[in-house]
Amino acid sequence: MDKFSVYAARLVEKGEYFASGHRACQGCAEALAVRLVMKALGRDTIVAMATGCMEIVSSPLPTTAWEVPWIHVAFENASAVITGCESGMKAMMRKGKLPPKKINFVAMGGDGATADIGMGQLSGALERGHDFVYVCYDNEAYMNTGIQRSSATPWGASTTTSPAGKLSKGQRTQKKDLPKIAIAHNIPYVATACPSFPFDLMEKVKKAAAVEGPAYLHILSVCPTGWRIPSEEAIKYGRLAVNTCVFPLYECLYGKYRLTYRPNPILPVREYIEGQGRFRHLTPEDIEAIQERTTAEYEKLVKLSEEV
Amino acid sequence: MARPMEEIRWQDLEIGATVSEPGCSREYKTGSWRSLRPVVDGEQCIRCGVCWLYCPDAAIDRSEDGHFQADLDYCKGCGICARECPVGCITMEIEES
Ligand SMILES: Cc1ncc(C[n+]2csc(CCOP(=O)(O)OP(=O)(O)O)c2C)c(N)n1
Ligand code: SF4
Ligand code: SF4
Ligand code: SF4
Ligand SMILES: [Mg+2]
Repeated sequence: MDKFSVYAARLVEKGEYFASGHRACQGCAEALAVRLVMKALGRDTIVAMATGCMEIVSSPLPTTAWEVPWIHVAFENASAVITGCESGMKAMMRKGKLPPKKINFVAMGGDGATADIGMGQLSGALERGHDFVYVCYDNEAYMNTGIQRSSATPWGASTTTSPAGKLSKGQRTQKKDLPKIAIAHNIPYVATACPSFPFDLMEKVKKAAAVEGPAYLHILSVCPTGWRIPSEEAIKYGRLAVNTCVFPLYECLYGKYRLTYRPNPILPVREYIEGQGRFRHLTPEDIEAIQERTTAEYEKLVKLSEEV
Repeated sequence: MARPMEEIRWQDLEIGATVSEPGCSREYKTGSWRSLRPVVDGEQCIRCGVCWLYCPDAAIDRSEDGHFQADLDYCKGCGICARECPVGCITMEIEES
C-alpha cells in the first residue's frame, strides 16, 4: 500500500455484514472479497448466492455469517432468483405494499457458477435489464469440491481434473474472458477488481450499485488452498496478478473503458507464476508463452481505454 | 442464539431451514483452528488499520489504548496481518495451547 492508502483504511465502513465465525480456510481472499463487497454495499442489500465455497462456509446450520437477507439457491440460478426478487419487490413498491426504498439486489457466484453453470441465466438477467449487481468471485477453479478446473482456470494450472503430468501441462485451454462477455451485453457497468486493492474494489462496488440497470463485477479471489501458496501470501499474489498484468484492473462504464490502475513498472509474469504450487511444473518456455499472451492482452486493453 | 449451538437439533430448525438471527456464525469460535498467533507490538503500531482491512475473518479490533489487536476468538492465524503491516510490528508466534 502507498503512504496515502495506509491511513485511508481507517475511513472504511466499520460495520461487518459478513461476520466472523465463517469457516473459510485460513487466509482465504475470497472471504476477504465478500467482506469488502458487503462493506461497500451496506445493509440495504439482498443477496442470492450460488453454491460454492462462500455459500458453504457462511451457512452451516444453525448459523449464518450474513447480516443481510441472503438466500442460498442452486448452482445455476442466482441471477434468476435475484432478478425475481427485484421485479417482485419493485412491483410491491409500485402498488404501495412496500415503502419505496433503494435496495441493492445482488447475485453472487464463484467462477464455476458464473463461467460454466450459471452462464445462461446470467446472460438472460443481463439482457432483461434488471437493476441488479452480479458479483463473480473468481478463484480459478471449483474449489469447494476439491479443485476441479472450470472454464476460468488459466492455461497451465494443475487441478484435480487437469492434472499436470508427463503428458499434460495442466489446464489445456485459455481462461474464459468473463468481463468481456458481460460487456458484450451492453450493460451500464462492468469492472474487474481484487481485494489486494481494497479501495479500488469498494469504489467499483459502489458504482455498480449506483448505476441504473445491470452491473457485473469480476473479482480475482486468491485461494491459498487451491493455488497451493502459504496462507499469509494471499494478498501478495493478488497484487502480483495485477502488477504483472495477468489480471488488469479496469472498468467499462456505458461502453467506455478505463484502466483504473496502471502498474508501473509492469512486473514479469514469472514473479506471479513461480511461487504457486499449481504452476510448479511449468518450464521457462511455458512461462514465456504466458508472458507473450499477457502482454498482448494488456496492450489491447490499453488501446481500448485510450479510445473515447 | 437462544440455546448453545451444539444443543440445537434438526427438529428445532425453522421451516425452509431459515436462520433468523443475522451474523450468528459468531457463536462458532474459529480461533481454535489457529496454530500461530499474531502478536502486535503496541509501541510500534502506527494505528493505520491496514491489518484490520485485510483480515479475511474480521478478527481485528481496536484495543483500549487505540492500537490494533487480533481477536483470538476468531483469528485463524493465517498471517496476512503480519505480512501486510506497513511497519512490520506484528509477529506470528507459535500457539502453546
Ligand atoms: C448442480 C450441482 N453440481 C455440483 C454441485 C457440487 N458443488 C458444490 S460447490 C461446487 C464448486 C463451486 O465452484 P465455484 O463456483 O468456482 O466456487 P468456489 O467453491 O470455487 O468458490 C460444486 C461442484 C452442486 N452443489 N450442484
Ligand atoms: S478452498 Fe479456497 S476459496 Fe474455498 S474457502 Fe478455502 S481458501 Fe477460500
Ligand atoms: S492472522 Fe489472519 S485471521 Fe488472524 S488476525 Fe491476522 S489476518 Fe486475521
Ligand atoms: S497494520 Fe500494523 S501498524 Fe497498522 S494498525 Fe495494524 S498493527 Fe498497527
Ligand atoms: Mg471457484
